[in-house]
Amino acid sequence: MVFSEKHELIRQLARGFAETELTKDILDEIEETGVYPPELLAKMGKAGFFGIKTPKQYGGQGSDYISYVIVLEELGRVSAVTDIWVSAPNSLGGGPLMLAGTEEQLQKYLVPVATGKGIMAFALTEPDAGSDAGGTVTTATEDGDYYVLNGRKTFITTAPVADWSIIYARTDLTRKDSRGISAFIVDMKLPGGSVGKAEHKMGIIGCPTSDIILEDVRVHKDDMLGEKNRGFQNAMKTLDIGRIGVAAMSIGVAQGALDEAIKYSKQRKQFGKSISEFQAISFMIADMATKLQAAKELVYRAAQLKDAGSSEAGVAASMAKYYATEICNEIAGKAVQIHGGYGYIKEYKVERIYRDCRVFTIFEGTSQVQQMVISSALLKK
Amino acid sequence: MKIIVCAKQVPDTNEVKIDPVKGTLIRDGVPSILNPDDANALEAALELKDRYPDTSVSIVSMGPPQANYMLRECLALGADDAVLLSSRAFGGADTCATSTTIAAGIRKIGNYDIIFAGRQAIDGDTAQVGPQTAQRLGIPSVTYVQKIREVKTGSVIVERQLEDGYEVVEVSTPCLLTCVKELNTPRYMTVDGIENAYKAQIPAWTEIDVNLKPEDCGLKASPTQILRSFAPDPKGKGEILTGSVKEVAASLVSKLQAKHII
Repeated sequence: MVFSEKHELIRQLARGFAETELTKDILDEIEETGVYPPELLAKMGKAGFFGIKTPKQYGGQGSDYISYVIVLEELGRVSAVTDIWVSAPNSLGGGPLMLAGTEEQLQKYLVPVATGKGIMAFALTEPDAGSDAGGTVTTATEDGDYYVLNGRKTFITTAPVADWSIIYARTDLTRKDSRGISAFIVDMKLPGGSVGKAEHKMGIIGCPTSDIILEDVRVHKDDMLGEKNRGFQNAMKTLDIGRIGVAAMSIGVAQGALDEAIKYSKQRKQFGKSISEFQAISFMIADMATKLQAAKELVYRAAQLKDAGSSEAGVAASMAKYYATEICNEIAGKAVQIHGGYGYIKEYKVERIYRDCRVFTIFEGTSQVQQMVISSALLKK
Repeated sequence: MKIIVCAKQVPDTNEVKIDPVKGTLIRDGVPSILNPDDANALEAALELKDRYPDTSVSIVSMGPPQANYMLRECLALGADDAVLLSSRAFGGADTCATSTTIAAGIRKIGNYDIIFAGRQAIDGDTAQVGPQTAQRLGIPSVTYVQKIREVKTGSVIVERQLEDGYEVVEVSTPCLLTCVKELNTPRYMTVDGIENAYKAQIPAWTEIDVNLKPEDCGLKASPTQILRSFAPDPKGKGEILTGSVKEVAASLVSKLQAKHII
């Protein structure tokens, strides 16, 4: 794709930020402590990264999906966990609000989310309801002006540090399928609400993930998001958008892996020459670059379709997420292979990349769920 | 307060190579950037705007139409407006002709309190256009500004960088200040700023718009004649001597003697 000058300038901003701020020392420290520096988050908020496509009247930047993709791509090239912090308010945190929020809810919640002054988690997954989110068993029972929430959400990104969370809970207890679920904006400080211990994850260290436990949490009716019993649709539409984000992270992280592989293959000498001079290595690099370019085009196309309001955007986003996350893992694996034993050592960037990207084919719809979305769009015609 | 910032689009000399035969920069495929010292000049203006909200910051540049990209970057950083001095007549200008054109553009904008410029541009490294512009406008200039201490009514107090320290200068406004990189750290653009920058109009002024005759501009008004430009021969690899002070000194003396230096 040929980008407009405006988007080139967005790239210049994101690349400059990544190269200046996300230094090896800072990234190593995040990995060691598990804590993402608040001052770095503040800088990202100031640059406008938390509300890239959020409308200006709600504290956002009023830009588009292409800009969103470019920012994730350039930051992810240097740090995958940074992308999680950027995508959360743009996508899973802000998305449900932008889709269904009332003016009052948008002012109260979207403004702080888009400006980095508050954190909104997205809580759909449950211990027994992952890909089959329709199997949600968390309940919300009406009691006067309130709903009383009970249940457990699991693998919730940013839950331990969130101010609020969007909780999907069953309001129609007579049903067991995707209908009868509603969305609520829940203040994490409400009595009865708590979070589990932060999970020890394989990668993406520096953005905590935990359970959210709801025990008779009383949520005011004003904090119901969207129509009653229509929450599942809100969640699905949010994830539809979220897929472009994960696909964008993947092309960025894969580019980072390819950069490292190229650099190392030229430095490393075996049998009297750089390993890049061996066809076994150079062809591997050719394959990595070609597949990465193909993935990029899928991601840019999905973003372009979304910006154009096309009905094809959903399937395009699934294809982009499916392909980009899979080849990101493949490229990261090959980058480690090219590094040999050194790629297995934490000193080298590819070790972290390899662990970080493993989750990409899993969260926000596994590759298999994307295959379901893509095939059903084709076969149900 | 009204501030004008002079900015230039330059090839990123970190990535530029020199043609060994012609002795000129090979510009093909080299990205163009906002001159680094000019980024400090703009940041100085924007910091004053942060402090005194009724301040406006205008950018002026001379260059070909593609310099608009750099001007959009300046707008995205927070400048209020920008103007590009662009005409075939401006081509081939040395610093003398460039400052005539820039000064004419500034006169047309008018009513300024402070003009900020970078110390020098990384493509020519002359450091002449700033002070020359001040002279043409008949205003005082302070070069190598490393700190702005105080903005008063009718004057500013600045620190001027010297090789072994600095001097404190109070200069009456309007004035022109050229900035060094120690003055500040330029901020990042914002996504919102970039969106707005691409909604803005950037006027292009020719010599007619700024009341100059073609013979006062560009190559025709440039007394500088370049006889020859060349890339200096690369120095040979250095050698680091090791050992005790006595051994190193003895070894150094014998090496210098061998080369007939001493």
